[in-house]
Amino acid sequence: MTATTDTREITYAEAVREALGQAMESDDRVFLFGEDVGTYGGAFGVTGDLVHRFGEDRVRDTPISELGIVGAAVGAALAGMRPIVEIQFSDFTAQAMDQIVNQAAKIHFMLGGAAEVPMVLRAPGGSGTGAAAQHSQSLEAWFAHIPGLKVVMPATVADAKGLLLAAIDDPNPVVVLEHKLLYKQSGPAPQEATRTPLGKAAVRRTGTDLTIVATGVMVSRALEAAEQLAAEGITATVVDPRTLKPLDEQTIVDTVTATGRALLVQEAPRSGGFMSEVSAMLCDSPAFGYLRAPVRRLCGLDVPIPYAPQLERAAVPQVPDIVAEATKLVREW
Amino acid sequence: MSSPEQWTHPQPGDSSAATAAKPTPEQVIAGLRATSEGGADLVQLLTPEGERVDSPEFDRYVTDIDGARLRSLFRDMTLVRRFDREANALQRQGQLGIWVPLLGQEAAQIGAGRALRPMDMAFPSYREHGVAWCRNVSPQDLLGIFRCSDHSGWDPVAARFHPYTIVIGNQVLNAAGYAMGQRFDGHVGDDDGEATICFFGDGATSQGDVHEGFVWAAVYDAPLVFFCQNNQWAISEPTERQSRLPLYQRAQGYGFPGIRVDGNDVLACLAVTRWALDECRTGNGPMLIEAFTYRMDAHTTTDDPTRYRLSDELEAWKLKDPIERVRAYLSRNGLADNDFFEEIAAEADNFAAEIRDFCVNMPDPPPDRIFSEVYAEPSPVLEAQRAEYLSYLDGFVGAGER
Repeated sequence: MTATTDTREITYAEAVREALGQAMESDDRVFLFGEDVGTYGGAFGVTGDLVHRFGEDRVRDTPISELGIVGAAVGAALAGMRPIVEIQFSDFTAQAMDQIVNQAAKIHFMLGGAAEVPMVLRAPGGSGTGAAAQHSQSLEAWFAHIPGLKVVMPATVADAKGLLLAAIDDPNPVVVLEHKLLYKQSGPAPQEATRTPLGKAAVRRTGTDLTIVATGVMVSRALEAAEQLAAEGITATVVDPRTLKPLDEQTIVDTVTATGRALLVQEAPRSGGFMSEVSAMLCDSPAFGYLRAPVRRLCGLDVPIPYAPQLERAAVPQVPDIVAEATKLVREW
Repeated sequence: MSSPEQWTHPQPGDSSAATAAKPTPEQVIAGLRATSEGGADLVQLLTPEGERVDSPEFDRYVTDIDGARLRSLFRDMTLVRRFDREANALQRQGQLGIWVPLLGQEAAQIGAGRALRPMDMAFPSYREHGVAWCRNVSPQDLLGIFRCSDHSGWDPVAARFHPYTIVIGNQVLNAAGYAMGQRFDGHVGDDDGEATICFFGDGATSQGDVHEGFVWAAVYDAPLVFFCQNNQWAISEPTERQSRLPLYQRAQGYGFPGIRVDGNDVLACLAVTRWALDECRTGNGPMLIEAFTYRMDAHTTTDDPTRYRLSDELEAWKLKDPIERVRAYLSRNGLADNDFFEEIAAEADNFAAEIRDFCVNMPDPPPDRIFSEVYAEPSPVLEAQRAEYLSYLDGFVGAGER
């Protein structure tokens, strides 16, 4: 994390692949499996050439069976391995939920700590690729609701690498929700295997008028909105929680205390969403006394993601929506 | 029907069609090869060269297929293939969001589709354009889905054709439930009975859904034909990644018959599916058919098969083309002349032009479609969001003039 690290521009997908490769190089217990992760290199090209570098024993194509994939990972983790599984679309975690929720998350607790489940489940979520209702969901709230799971949503290239490396190190099951739209985006990332600690938010930009808390692909949209807002004389702090569970409440509370306004932005539908939890947390916190405006949530509509591209865009917050909502919040309060 | 041995070794005619439903020790040792060859158990009525081979068990199911009817099957397959190729081209030209090619699977789908009676029910995956054709679901309705205009464009009850199911294997459970209902409602038991057919692929057989569907259909004696099109590839994964046993042999473990048919032979697919549906409608369901075929194009237009398979394989399967063998048979036996083939080719061209014209002129859905049909009844929350969104959009009207 210092001068010894050479940083260069790579894509988000390359950053994930680099983390996987470095983890496998440094730890024989680490291996990957999932659908089309071998020769094909992953449905989104994330695993790429890893099968050629590490062989089919460590990069395994599995039967088309998500429940089997996660169940095998739980078993491997219990046996002392460090399995990393890819679920081709995060929507298909629904097929594997019993193993995730009833096994992976609970085994350590139910065995009184006698065993750990150090596994990583990677899955791409989110809309924007024209993949329709069953391939576009943002399901982070499901996982954040389950005690025993950790949940991260890398929003930058560096975090795609750093959070994944930290997740692989972690002795708990960690759900890593990548975003399909980010895979091809470029950004700086360290060459070395630098960890981004779990449970630590990033303040991406500092301002005085409001705090925007955003996750996943909404982080870059919030930053773009903040740029436009600055031209209008409104300055925003942008916080990227990075880890949803455990949540870095302190950073959110501190920044909202400083600005007095909070706009919480997520792609997922509002009802029962993760930002509802952040909103409630803020109202339970000392930041409440410093609020000059109601805490606002800007979320996806409470509808399945439509297939038609123009409707798909309308279903989730876009940059102009964030600008408009932030302007209203500052001007009206 | 007195012993499991008989249940798992069906006797469609005078003799057993699946007595060889066990791999040899050599096959077991070789393991995976058993899944990748047609094998001796393959039911075939028309060879790749277009020669009719006798089948004591199954000839009786296609005695009505004279020259006219075979020409009709040829026409079905040709038009469906032309539709498929046109849709693929439309996707490449940006007119469709995605396309799921059926190229190479025409015989399996037309054979199975034409075996259905009007009151039978069909549950497709997302590649069954040929079955949709047989169910009178128009290609135009299919295009709406793939152009991102809407999710599904037909009435599944009226068409007796369930909506396309995108998530792998889900429809098998739905089909099991439907077929159980047919039995509970007393629609099964004689020659006028109903049956259900469920389509899925080799990859889906690894899903828990398919296992559970097999179990439920079996223990409730559901009139359900499981129709597995083994097209050899689940995106990049060959069938060996799903099973070490020929897929049709799985049925034995669940207690119902399984049979493997040449999926590129429309006559055999028609005969075997008619037999299986008849068994089901008279009360002897369920049944598993493995149609041994080949996906000649990509998994979808987002896939690139050159990344994982050799072109030699495709070339080998081209010699088993489902349409060409029917053309050869019709020609050789004087059942069709050049005029017929030219007529069909011209019809296919016109059909493709109609499809293209319809596709590019399809209207976009209205912007507030997004709020419709989330729930069965109007939702006050969504209606409020609809009003807010429409008023937001109204704000842009005339905005350029100021």
